[in-house]
Amino acid sequence: MLAYAIRRVGLSLLILVVVMTAMYGMVFLVPGDPASLALGPRATPELKEVLRERMGLDQPILAQIGIFFGNVLQGDLGTDVWSKRPVLDQILEVFPRTLLLGVVALGWALALGVLLGCAAVVWRDTVVDRMLGVLSVSVISVPSFVIAIYALILFAVWLNWLPAIGAGEAGDFASQARALILPAFALGLGWVGYLARLIRASMLEVMEAPHIRTARAFGMREGDIVFRHALRVAIVPTLSVLAVGFGGILSSAVFVESVFSRPGIGTLITAAVEKRNYPVVMGTVLFMTAFYLMIVTTADLLIARLDPRVRDVLRS
Amino acid sequence: MTAVLEVQNLSVAYRMQGGALQAVRDVSLSVARGEVLGIMGESGCGKSTLAAAMINLLPAGARVGQGAVRLNGTDILRLPPAAQRALRGKSVAMVFQDPMTAFNPVLTIGRQLADFVGAHDTGLAQPERLAAMLTRVGIPDARSCLGRYPHELSGGMRQRVAIAAALLMQPDVLIADEPTTALDVTMEAQIIHLFRDLRTSFDGAIVIVTHHLGVIAELCDRVAVMYAGQVVEEGAVDAIFHDPQHPYTRALLACDPAVVDPSSGRLPTIGGRLPDLSAPPRGCAFEPRCRVAAVSCREPVPRQRPSAGRSVLCHRGAE
Amino acid sequence: MSFALDPPSRGRRGMGRALLGDPMGLAGLVIVAAFVAMALLAPCIAPYDPVALDVKAKFVAPSAAHWAGTDHLGRDLLSRIIWGARLALGIAITSVGIAGAIGLVLGLVAGYGPRWLDSLLVLVFDSLSSLPMIFFALAVITVLGPGTATLILVIVLVSFPAYARLIRTQTLTLAGADFILAERAMGAGAGRIIFRHLLPNVVGPLVILICMDIPVIIMLEAGLSYLNLGVKPPSPSWGNILAEGYTSLRQAPHVVIVAGIPLVLATLGFTFLGEGLRDVLDPRGAGRRWT
Repeated sequence: MLAYAIRRVGLSLLILVVVMTAMYGMVFLVPGDPASLALGPRATPELKEVLRERMGLDQPILAQIGIFFGNVLQGDLGTDVWSKRPVLDQILEVFPRTLLLGVVALGWALALGVLLGCAAVVWRDTVVDRMLGVLSVSVISVPSFVIAIYALILFAVWLNWLPAIGAGEAGDFASQARALILPAFALGLGWVGYLARLIRASMLEVMEAPHIRTARAFGMREGDIVFRHALRVAIVPTLSVLAVGFGGILSSAVFVESVFSRPGIGTLITAAVEKRNYPVVMGTVLFMTAFYLMIVTTADLLIARLDPRVRDVLRS
Repeated sequence: MTAVLEVQNLSVAYRMQGGALQAVRDVSLSVARGEVLGIMGESGCGKSTLAAAMINLLPAGARVGQGAVRLNGTDILRLPPAAQRALRGKSVAMVFQDPMTAFNPVLTIGRQLADFVGAHDTGLAQPERLAAMLTRVGIPDARSCLGRYPHELSGGMRQRVAIAAALLMQPDVLIADEPTTALDVTMEAQIIHLFRDLRTSFDGAIVIVTHHLGVIAELCDRVAVMYAGQVVEEGAVDAIFHDPQHPYTRALLACDPAVVDPSSGRLPTIGGRLPDLSAPPRGCAFEPRCRVAAVSCREPVPRQRPSAGRSVLCHRGAE
Repeated sequence: MSFALDPPSRGRRGMGRALLGDPMGLAGLVIVAAFVAMALLAPCIAPYDPVALDVKAKFVAPSAAHWAGTDHLGRDLLSRIIWGARLALGIAITSVGIAGAIGLVLGLVAGYGPRWLDSLLVLVFDSLSSLPMIFFALAVITVLGPGTATLILVIVLVSFPAYARLIRTQTLTLAGADFILAERAMGAGAGRIIFRHLLPNVVGPLVILICMDIPVIIMLEAGLSYLNLGVKPPSPSWGNILAEGYTSLRQAPHVVIVAGIPLVLATLGFTFLGEGLRDVLDPRGAGRRWT
């Protein structure tokens, strides 16, 4: 188990280093240095020189990469070109909001998706099954920011039930919760369909297993068989998809946050990209990649825990 | 003796492309309380389909054409699904062939047994009771076994657990579908031993489906020999083994590795293949492979009853 | 000689019929065909110039003169949407074309080349596909600056690893197949094996994967354009129309409502078509899948 964990984490770290190097190298591949790009065409040479020095751009490339890695290891992702605040501080300030949005979106999607997937299995090959099928393929393919805009028009502008923008009043839980509903709905809707589909396919395979026949031979209710016995087996492959999916959710969150002007990682990075604020962009990308790799690795380890067969293979 | 389980003129067919495969054809059998009935035949003869039909849990694509399966006089095939479910596990229980896959891999043994019992009576699903039953089938340290996952037990242990599960509700009928086939020789001997103990302590009827002649000889009171979906011969085990009347039964007994003369140096086989069951022959199904076949064997076969409790499906068997 | 050894393939006519028999696949085909026609015929069917301003006619609601209304600069929305189809499909097809070609070559090299090269390429594919897509795209855009060329590059970078992996797996499986071994035994060179045998057999699955990727790419293009990081205005990208409409959401909601429809329809159409194609080409799983 430990060896497996180390190998898994090691691979993630290797990928992270490759990514970081590639990203840093990319900056040098294009004409024009980050300092002049950030300052724009009207900056004076002196100003540029000051900024170049502060960003460490006057050093040789290899030294820069070395300094960058050294700083990252110490938790220093660089400094904002404009506000001069540490990038990590800015990220940590907004990240909880994005995380909350992602977790709530995936949470409701998982709950409803599992339910619909099971419903499709219980009523297999009926109208219910077919309708759920078409519905889930449809919601999977529609982009979440389009859903976000439509939801915003309908529920915030026309019906005026929920706030259109922002993340709610600071310290007011009810207002924050209300501000979370529409973004989480838009972000999770596609995943409802995807998870329903995944659970259904996985369940149908499990339902043909001999142990399900055993459960039937002992007179267990079909509902109990589906929810108490089959789901436990079927959910295991879904978990690894869920981890990768969480990365996807955080990606879509960029657009959804932008639609609802909701402070978060998405609004932070899009603003930085527009201003070509290199340190913020690179720091955020690095942070999100690291976070994403961490989630995927954790999910792998969790699956090993959930499935006793895998657990034992790893232990021996 | 009144029959607990009675199969009457039962036919089961599998839907296939361009027709139906008639796996069970007009089978009638019965088994009484305290009696052990063996169903014997080579693979593909329909014996497992028959066993599944006895609790109406046929695989997808299989349909009962006609006939009845009476449990204590009630035809379970005609009961609504909920009533059928109430009988399964409680009045009739089943032990499956492969103990490796018969249990849910991600739930503990105890949880599964509790769920099986709990489907009928939640009050009975107590660990002490479950452990007592595991002890009864010869599982050492039954309490810790309840907390284990199926893959942590050996095949033989799992089959013991399966038998314990089947006995939990003290059913009227216990059906075991090839209970020893997936096990190695030592395990097989242990499971046979366990069933022999059950004969004295269990007061319901037992149906054992197997292709293993040793299992039949060791455990059964009566045996039904199946060929191509039909019961071709039925009778007391002693009578069948000492005086087989159907040519197929004779050939089957001659093929048993345990009785073959080792000096002959080779195992006898039955030549030819099973008939095509999507279009079963009008006459005797064994006729193409039979050594004593005559022209009359292509005509429909009458069931002959040479003595009480004995029946043979052969034109020439009673001669 | 070699044709006798090739694996049997399903007739193309049979495939077409199977696709037409599946209501979802058929719906997808019709929608996709409509968008392709719209993109090809944009100059003929668009009632107005998509970038012509008419400030006097701004925010006109859908009417007989402007079926989909006009935006904040009085531009005809229907014309912009029709030209937007050309833009969306043009970008999608260009980028999957490039990504498909790169994936094909790298996948074949990884699958048929030396072991060390395979390991190296797999590490590259893994690193690229282990990045959260949008963040990676945003990093590239920061370096290169937004624009259509950057957009295509970004799409190529995020999509080719999946194609290359698929081709690699297919190649590895096929390279051990009997008919390839037989060809080799008869002294066929690597070039002949790759072009005569591997290539025709690996292209089918790649086409399905690409078809299922197109809605994702259309979505990415529109999304980035919506964030002002993709196609530059005034080009009528569906994302741009949405972004411009968003600023006047309360005043003229018809702009965003109308601009969202082609995005929804196009992604649905391509997804349905992809699903249909997959069921037709891989009939084994069809019964288990939702159709």
